[in-house]
Amino acid sequence: MNTPVIELRELVKTYQTGEVEVKAVRGVTLNIERGEFVAIMGASGSGKSTLMNTLGCLDQPSGGSYRLDGVAVAGLDRRELAKLRNKKLGFVFQSFNLLSRTSAQDNVELPLFYTQPLVTLRERRQRAVEALEKVGLGSRGGHHPSQLSGGQQQRVAIARALVNRPELVLADEPTGNLDTRTSIEIMGLFQELNEAGITIVMVTHELDVAAYCKRIVVMRDGQVISDTLNGNRRTARQELATLNDAEQTARLG
Amino acid sequence: MFTLIQIIFVRSGQTALIALRALRRNKLRSSLTALGIIIGVASVVAMVAVGNGAQARITSQISALGQNLLTVFAGSKHSGGVNSGLGSASSITLADAAAIAREVTDVVAMSPEISTTAQAIANGRNWSTSIVGESPDYLKIRDWKLAAGSMFTERDTRGAVKVAVIGSKTANELFGPLNPVGQSVRIKNIPFVIIGLLESKGAGMGGQNQDDRIIIPYTTAMKRITGDKYLRSVNLQIISASRMEAAQQQLTSLLRQRHRLTNGQDDDFNIFNQKEIADTVNSVSRIITLLLGAVAGISLLVGGIGIMNIMLVSVTERTREIGIRIAVGAQPGDIRLQFLIEAVTLSLLGGLIGVLSGVGAAQLVGVVADFHAVVSTGSIILAFGVSTAIGVFFGLYPAHKAAALNPIEALRYE
Repeated sequence: MNTPVIELRELVKTYQTGEVEVKAVRGVTLNIERGEFVAIMGASGSGKSTLMNTLGCLDQPSGGSYRLDGVAVAGLDRRELAKLRNKKLGFVFQSFNLLSRTSAQDNVELPLFYTQPLVTLRERRQRAVEALEKVGLGSRGGHHPSQLSGGQQQRVAIARALVNRPELVLADEPTGNLDTRTSIEIMGLFQELNEAGITIVMVTHELDVAAYCKRIVVMRDGQVISDTLNGNRRTARQELATLNDAEQTARLG
Repeated sequence: MFTLIQIIFVRSGQTALIALRALRRNKLRSSLTALGIIIGVASVVAMVAVGNGAQARITSQISALGQNLLTVFAGSKHSGGVNSGLGSASSITLADAAAIAREVTDVVAMSPEISTTAQAIANGRNWSTSIVGESPDYLKIRDWKLAAGSMFTERDTRGAVKVAVIGSKTANELFGPLNPVGQSVRIKNIPFVIIGLLESKGAGMGGQNQDDRIIIPYTTAMKRITGDKYLRSVNLQIISASRMEAAQQQLTSLLRQRHRLTNGQDDDFNIFNQKEIADTVNSVSRIITLLLGAVAGISLLVGGIGIMNIMLVSVTERTREIGIRIAVGAQPGDIRLQFLIEAVTLSLLGGLIGVLSGVGAAQLVGVVADFHAVVSTGSIILAFGVSTAIGVFFGLYPAHKAAALNPIEALRYE
């Protein structure tokens, strides 16, 4: 019960680009507990994306240790990593990354398709419907991504991330391609999900967005330079109200 | 164990569904790719069918000559630089024929042959046809049946009686639908009574119509028609196929001895050995069939390369999709299977349509060329097997490439 979802000890990740060895992450030690909502911030080149890929089991650390929900990730092969991603992780990307010629419903079902032991067709359908309802798109299952707005597409992606009941949702600049209002709505959705007990780690370079999280980790040059609880947390509900007022005023003026 | 099998089956089924959906999305591309295999398989099936058909036709023509047939032809005559062809030389006599029948073991039937062309007149019509003198054994040697009437007998031959057995084509030209048996026909102004009508046999090996002839006793032919004492050939039936080689050797030495040929001299006769010809023709047509099949097989290979090409394009095009699938937990095996099934589906589909159009093409050749193409089950199974193997072989590399993609780079791919 008390195992942290993420346990990093002196994590190192180096790349070989041509002759040059790039040390993208140089010794990060970090614990993230169940129910947290963490923003990882930093300028480009700070190593936050590399850290994210490693957290997402898309990549293996070069040194140090990483335990995901108690499981040591170092040394696992591609298949075991795939199993981990499938069972314990949900991904939300900046560019949504939905299968374009596939309905929202089928997109959400995709992770269940690769789950072992098998998930029956009926259960897949039902869990996808539930996930879509959770993100407020219960009636849009039959739509294709091209028929949905950016915000709706990101909601489908979030439903996909939730469908296999993961230990952790990883979001990489989830509002990067969205306008202000939609961004607030998406952050509101994340806040709701977090209140329902889902652990979320989000990479962003925007302070505005990070302000919705409970804890903010700042990186520079591959290291954590600050790790603080967010005392000044925004809530999407208030922000939307403010935005509505502002628009109202603008219209009146 | 049961669950493992279940997983494999259900998984493959679902993966096959994904693959089929992807193919359906690119209908034009899929059909063009399959076209390569279609053409390859169709040409293998059709070529082999046509080759087999040709072989069957030649074989049946050879066996239509009769059973275990050995024919001795008189040599060719050269005079003034003109070669008159086989049987034209005056080298084989009735005495030779009698000696052969007497001394060559394993000869079960013998018929001396004289042949000429003459105008036959009957029923108020006339028709130029070949007049062939034979013995009563001739029909047995040639494995030929009568459609009506009867063959002349030994007694007819001994008495040089003016009786004739008529070919179906000649009968039709002279008598139309009338029954020719019992009618009279004049050859070189000599009246013959028709006592038998031959069954139709169709074109012979040289393409000449075997049904256009009148057969009369060889004695009558020598005495009344040609006035010649030399034979064109002697037809022999040997007891079994295995004895033909030996019989041919005996025959050669007997005739050389009778004609007093010294060691350095060439034979003044030629022996046609049906089995030898059949063997040669068979091996030649087998080689031709093989060659046709091989050429068609090359186009199958080209079709396979087409599949590989398209699969590589497809993998590149769908890099992002692959990245997404890997990110949400697809095993490398799942991705590999997905692309492999796509490739195999393409080639199997091509194979299926190819077999159908190959059979169709073979039938068409049959209709156009008045020729019976023989579609063999073997070539169909082979074409199917090869096209599946091609799908697997040429799909393996693209599938492997897809499965080996790095998900981070794949997701960033534009």
